[in-house]
Amino acid sequence: MSTELIHPENPVEQFLRSDRIPHIWCPGCGIGTTVNCFTRALIDSKANLDKLAIVSGIGCTGRVAGYLDLDSFHTTHGRAIPFATGLKLANPDLSVVVYSGDGDLFAIGGNHFIHAARRNVDIKVVCVNNLVYAMTGGQTGPTTPGSVVTATNPYGTFEPSFNLPQLAEAAGAVYVARWTTFHVRQLARSMYEMFQKKGFSFIEVLSPCPTLYQRRNKMGDGLDTMKSYKEKSKKRDGAPTSEVPLTRDGEIVVGKFVDRERPDYLTLMKAQFQASLGERYQEPEMHSGCEFEQSEIDGGTICQ
Amino acid sequence: MKADPKGVLTGTHFMDGDHACCEGALAGGARFAAGYPITPSTEIVERFSSRIPVVGGVFIQMEDELAASITLQGAVWGGAKAFTVTSGPGFSLMMEHIGYAAMTETPCVFVDVQRGGPSTGLPTLPAQGDMMQARWGSHGDYEMIALCPNSPQECFDLTIRAFNLAEQFRTPVMFMMDECVGHMTEKVVIPPAEEIEVTPRRITSRKPGDFQLFEPCADQVPDMVEAGQGYHFHVTGLTHSENGYPSMTVKSQEKLVKRLCSKIRDNFDKISLNEETDLENADVAVVAYGITSRVAMRAIRIVRERGFKVNNRKIRVGMYRLITPWPFPDERIHALAGRIRGFVVPELNLGQMCREVQRAAGGHAVTIPVPHAGGTVHDPETIVAAILEAAK
Amino acid sequence: MAKGAVEIIIERCKGCGFCVEFCPTKVLALSPAFNAKGYHAPHVVASDKCSGCDLCGMFCPDFAIHGWREKKASA
Repeated sequence: MSTELIHPENPVEQFLRSDRIPHIWCPGCGIGTTVNCFTRALIDSKANLDKLAIVSGIGCTGRVAGYLDLDSFHTTHGRAIPFATGLKLANPDLSVVVYSGDGDLFAIGGNHFIHAARRNVDIKVVCVNNLVYAMTGGQTGPTTPGSVVTATNPYGTFEPSFNLPQLAEAAGAVYVARWTTFHVRQLARSMYEMFQKKGFSFIEVLSPCPTLYQRRNKMGDGLDTMKSYKEKSKKRDGAPTSEVPLTRDGEIVVGKFVDRERPDYLTLMKAQFQASLGERYQEPEMHSGCEFEQSEIDGGTICQ
Repeated sequence: MKADPKGVLTGTHFMDGDHACCEGALAGGARFAAGYPITPSTEIVERFSSRIPVVGGVFIQMEDELAASITLQGAVWGGAKAFTVTSGPGFSLMMEHIGYAAMTETPCVFVDVQRGGPSTGLPTLPAQGDMMQARWGSHGDYEMIALCPNSPQECFDLTIRAFNLAEQFRTPVMFMMDECVGHMTEKVVIPPAEEIEVTPRRITSRKPGDFQLFEPCADQVPDMVEAGQGYHFHVTGLTHSENGYPSMTVKSQEKLVKRLCSKIRDNFDKISLNEETDLENADVAVVAYGITSRVAMRAIRIVRERGFKVNNRKIRVGMYRLITPWPFPDERIHALAGRIRGFVVPELNLGQMCREVQRAAGGHAVTIPVPHAGGTVHDPETIVAAILEAAK
Repeated sequence: MAKGAVEIIIERCKGCGFCVEFCPTKVLALSPAFNAKGYHAPHVVASDKCSGCDLCGMFCPDFAIHGWREKKASA
């Protein structure tokens, strides 16, 4: 019997909107690699895909939502986290994942990131960090390290950059990890762990941007970057996040840095209301749709 | 369907417009609000935060208006009826998300209690300077629905209507109050829940696989689903095709954007609600909205009491009150222009809706603006003077 | 005897070379042939070495390759 006929399908396939593939990402870009890891984590965690929503902002990573066969939202630039907050609070049965880039989440969306972490809203945030604004042509971002050339720092960057795990921990995230697109098994495992956590969880994934970061800095292509991840990464689970900043050519500390328990937003909210209001407190009931007989009005289904 | 009794505070109350707006939202089915404090609107969400734990819902105070205006949309896709509340500076920050709501056809309500601007302006004092911003504030082409209450009672009644219109047409609705109406305290009658009509979400009866989130029904409005129902749908602010996927072509752009406009324009009669008083044989029509409509009524009474005449005949003046300034009632204003001498348009700005009146009048009647930079209401005498001029 | 196999969707490939580089048993090489978009997709050069670990599938950013372990029944 031919193995071609009975071989298993690529595990990622069942999660893709296959009519939208091939995707728009460049050769050697790592975003697709993170998607593989994400789907393996979904399989391992036996996630109910009908109750899983993915929210992206704007940018290259912002396009992830459009390729995954889930309830998916491609929102405005920087606002994936507050959108996800509303989605989660209105329907706590949903598992809500924010999947976006470093510029989207930490420059224009930085304020929302720290506040959602502070509130400990139960959302999972995956940041694909390619160290640059890629979709718009390679401008400096909040994670761009010093001494690299970008479209807006043609003479070299000089602004200090964010150390994302430290920022996430300081703001209150209950789970903080960093991997690169070289660490596919570890990343998939980390995403699995993230799904087991209740509360604001954060994974940073370093990813090549051969077109707009590596090329300008004569760092080679995507494969060269993957090799450099392999060489320069050092796994240090539990490392103090203050010790893991990224530099242009230095060591990349990867691992799980934070895994702690804090009551999430809705838990705190309900506890407070129950303490203050006792039996008067009503659990949120959001249903806005029709519970009654449906009829046709103007061709649409509006309820009477 | 009828309002959920849990959200309806039936009875006769003495409350201000801000509080009445909150009660209207609750009666209209709002169970989620995201806000950011800003005078003179904050009382609406303060009341909501106090009421919602016993009604059953969520209020969250966000870190800024950018967040509030998109958090509410996340909640809508999670199944809630949701709104946010702000004033000028916050309204400016919300503009991108009003466009997102228009593009993604997310039913929701933005309440703007207008204060003096530009910029920080007059935080505690009234104005009506955001009327054009409500219509045109976000980039690109779209049509808008806006309502303007002129009393606390209308703050209650029309907030329900705002939610109903949002659901019926899958569109953001602007609720344009002003500081005077927001802080004015009057009698507000809240009827029993069974007397309040509430429009439910247009949830499709089609099954996953047989449903497209942006495929219009006969009224040009698509039905909807919420997250978590197995539809695996996609929502994007990019130009998209009926299945929701990005489709950035000239053809898709034309099809989508034209429908976003025509679904409002072609349903004008179902949306528009404006009030005509004594216009049958009028020489002059005062066109006003919000608090200014009440000042204008005073001016109209003064004209009648003093018996002003033109050509030995008493000036006959009536009022056209814009309750839904957007979509603008072009045809009605044009028809009136054919049989009156002039329009008088007092407003607490230096000339916004008067331009619409002038445009719709098409040169068939004179339009006399009565501008006011805001901070207080008009002196009725300025409106009286304009009426006399228009009657000449 | 190979314990695993890979499938390659040539037209999805953008030729990044991740699968070739990181295959633990060096089963793959970039083909000299071009696909329709002008990229060199991988091809199998040492099929007997494939363990079916699917690391290629994990790395591939274009969802163009994956591996699986052969079941004894079909070997």
